[in-house]
Amino acid sequence: MFRTQYDSDISIYSPEGRLYQIEYAMQAVAQGSTALGLKSKTHAVVVTLMRSSDELSSHQRKIFKVDGHMGIAISGLTADARVLLKFMRNETLHHKFVYGSNLPTGEVVSSLAMKSQRNTQRWGRRPYGVGLLVIGYDGDKTHLYQTSPSGNCFSYYAQAIGSRSQSARTYLEKNFKAFPELGLEELVLHGVKALKESSGKETLTKLNVGIAVVGKEQKFEILKPNKVQTYLDQILQTEGEIEIENENENEKDEEAETLELKLD
Amino acid sequence: METYLGEKQQASQWSPYINNGGSCLAVAGEDFAVIASDTRMSLGYSIKTRYSTKYLKITEKCSIVSSGMQADIFTLHKVLKSRAQIYEQKHGKPMSTDAVAKLVSRLLYYRRFFPYYTFNIVAGIDDEGVGCVFSYDAIGTLERVKYSASGSGSSLIEPVLDNQVALKNRNDIKKEDYKLTKENAIDLVKDAITSAGERDIYTGDFVEISIIDINGTHEDKFELRFD
Repeated sequence: MFRTQYDSDISIYSPEGRLYQIEYAMQAVAQGSTALGLKSKTHAVVVTLMRSSDELSSHQRKIFKVDGHMGIAISGLTADARVLLKFMRNETLHHKFVYGSNLPTGEVVSSLAMKSQRNTQRWGRRPYGVGLLVIGYDGDKTHLYQTSPSGNCFSYYAQAIGSRSQSARTYLEKNFKAFPELGLEELVLHGVKALKESSGKETLTKLNVGIAVVGKEQKFEILKPNKVQTYLDQILQTEGEIEIENENENEKDEEAETLELKLD
Repeated sequence: METYLGEKQQASQWSPYINNGGSCLAVAGEDFAVIASDTRMSLGYSIKTRYSTKYLKITEKCSIVSSGMQADIFTLHKVLKSRAQIYEQKHGKPMSTDAVAKLVSRLLYYRRFFPYYTFNIVAGIDDEGVGCVFSYDAIGTLERVKYSASGSGSSLIEPVLDNQVALKNRNDIKKEDYKLTKENAIDLVKDAITSAGERDIYTGDFVEISIIDINGTHEDKFELRFD
């Protein structure tokens, strides 16, 4: 009710004690297409749905390598993500240069959280409009973190962000107890199945699905489209599905598509 | 200090540089390159350690070996490794050997007025798949060559390479008839550095040898004399 009175600046609290600008920034994350992450004892995986604004353009990359042992999947304003990516790359490289070892994932995520918080309390700055899922392997453990524009960061067994992520999250909540003991192949399959839940009417192809893995004896690697296709085939095989085109849904998605052009 | 005749005598001044010895060499073939260095680190007439690496693999297609002062070698290699990663992140692909060669030259010249005490050799496969070797001086003078040796054993190794790779001063073989195969090159490099180890007191202990071709880098290690 009082939203419009208290949302004009990041430095204004609402009577309920909320900062609406930060919440609006988190909305930007929710507008991006789905990105999800999950981990076992030995591997961590991110799976993303890459949008393309029209047939002529390429699909927007959502997964980026930070270092040999760490990578991110993004959802939200890609341009902001690039800034944070550059920051993370710099931190990890500097640590490697000075100390000769890999920077632990948790430490870089903490630095990122501090950096994000700074933008919620400085004059003239705005929060970063992007959420990251950070996966890494260090200290003999797998890691999955989510960062958000508010500056909060949490560690997860599995998490999904972006539009329609609740469906993916529901799938992950149902299955996450089994994840720790799984091998890489099964883990990725779960990730792709979870993505399918939130893909809506969009068909999953090797061009619009991004998968990356990291783990014990596995450097951070973004899978090539042909490898992605093998996982998609396995999903299609088990479910025996054929691609369905639903023209009635087009109108509903038109509004979503204008946003897609600017975000993600 | 002044003598009774009033002349000034120079006390030996402190120098930031020391020489830790060791030898490095590289040979380029038609579609491969062989690069090798010993691992002995000396100071004066003592051995500080029998294993201190002078070799760095920069990309699958390019490596560097350096002789001279171990502290500067270590730092230069650290900087080079970081720069290679930055390049790869920025351009989405590994550095080409030519790019590495140029970068090393610039990194060295950047320290023109307090040089790295390093004598480097960069070797690998260029963009056309042809083997290449680049040799440098301490401040980054760059030259592409077919073979090169540096370090304390270089004066023992270089003439051998002149004779065996460039076929200089030979009357028994024609250049047109001769082609350097990979096996020959590896044997030659092994023999050359082993021979240097025989006579040069600063060369010995272990050798790290690498063969670079279109399929990537194959690294190996063998023993030299421990005396």
